[in-house]
Amino acid sequence: MKNVKVLGTGCANCKNTVKLIEEVARAKGVEIALEKVEDIQAIMSYKIMATPGVVIDGQVVHTGGVPARSKVEGWL
Amino acid sequence: MTTTQPIEYPPAPRTTARWITTIAVAALAWVALYSHLTEIADALVAALGLSRATHFGEAVHFFLYDTPKVLLLLTGIVFLMGVVQTFFAPERTRALLSGRRLGVGNAMAASLGIVTPFCSCSAVPLFIGFLSAGVPLGVTFSFLIAAPMVNEVALALLFGLFGWKVAALYLGLGLLVAIVAGLVIGKLKMERHLEDWVRAIHAGEAAAHTGERLSWVQRFEAGRDHVREIVAKVWPYVLAGIALGAGIHGYVPEDFMASIMGRDAWWAVPAAVVLGVPMYTNAAGIIPIVEALIGKGAALGTVLAFMMAVIALSAPEMIILRKVLKPRLIATFAGVVASGILLVGYVFNLVL
Repeated sequence: MKNVKVLGTGCANCKNTVKLIEEVARAKGVEIALEKVEDIQAIMSYKIMATPGVVIDGQVVHTGGVPARSKVEGWL
Repeated sequence: MTTTQPIEYPPAPRTTARWITTIAVAALAWVALYSHLTEIADALVAALGLSRATHFGEAVHFFLYDTPKVLLLLTGIVFLMGVVQTFFAPERTRALLSGRRLGVGNAMAASLGIVTPFCSCSAVPLFIGFLSAGVPLGVTFSFLIAAPMVNEVALALLFGLFGWKVAALYLGLGLLVAIVAGLVIGKLKMERHLEDWVRAIHAGEAAAHTGERLSWVQRFEAGRDHVREIVAKVWPYVLAGIALGAGIHGYVPEDFMASIMGRDAWWAVPAAVVLGVPMYTNAAGIIPIVEALIGKGAALGTVLAFMMAVIALSAPEMIILRKVLKPRLIATFAGVVASGILLVGYVFNLVL
């Protein structure tokens, strides 16, 4: 099971990213452990420069803006 | 507002050639429409059986002329900015700025602030990212101030409604404020007024970032997505602003505003700044109102100072920054930016 973290302080883009990942996971029937990281210090420990960021199994795969659906499909 | 639908992508990726054709056709249609706005508005007003000699007819004409004009400009500039921004990912901007000295660094940071994409919720990660890469505090502030102060939407609208001189003055003074404010904050050596955990990160290493290589098709798609995102978000404000502006234009008597917002009222500029801070709204909604107010005798500098205060000194932004800055530094930041805006207000009132 993939561990997915969405890093973001809670703006609209961050929420849309969470929703998109949930949707794609459901559509593909993939089980994921989705976690939302809102604490700014925790976010900064990943050394990203723009939110929302997406971390899969400890690896930063995306920063700054809602990722494209095709990109999310590629991750899962 | 309802939540936005996730963006649907076309099944087949478009080729560069198809994109260039689409953009060329769109540009031609854009120019054709833009150069015939008056005729179109005249024809529509006539078709409605209204006369421009009446208050209502004049208001409707204003609305029918300004709406397509503003939406065309907005779409054009936002698309261009979306494409330009793909060249300036935050990581690249940081690389360009790291190790820059004060002065040159401040000027570069202010310019990059305009073209680097980031939303206000990314202010903190950017701030820390810059500092951790060795970008001086003052240079970082020049970036952070320029980004909201010189707003692409505002620039597009000022250009369309007041001409290139006003737009250039707005751009120039906005950059000047960002550069000088950054220099002042740098000179004050306020690094110890960063929150402690930020200073701890400051000392650490920055992670190496592998940037993505983008194709032109991806850059054009970014432009299109930028238009969808921004224009979809601001068009109701634009319409509301133009409708209100049309009402003011049609019904408020000439020179009514001169007494309260005119250039002779010296206190109008600071009052506009103070009024602007607690508000948080879109440049897109304010500018059509600005146009109408100015037509009725309000001074441009006063109205612009209000607009800049609304965008650059908003309370939500301060709350976000409070997570990394101690109160003294927040206060300095607000004070320096407010002084800059006051200066811009007075200069505009003097020059124009």
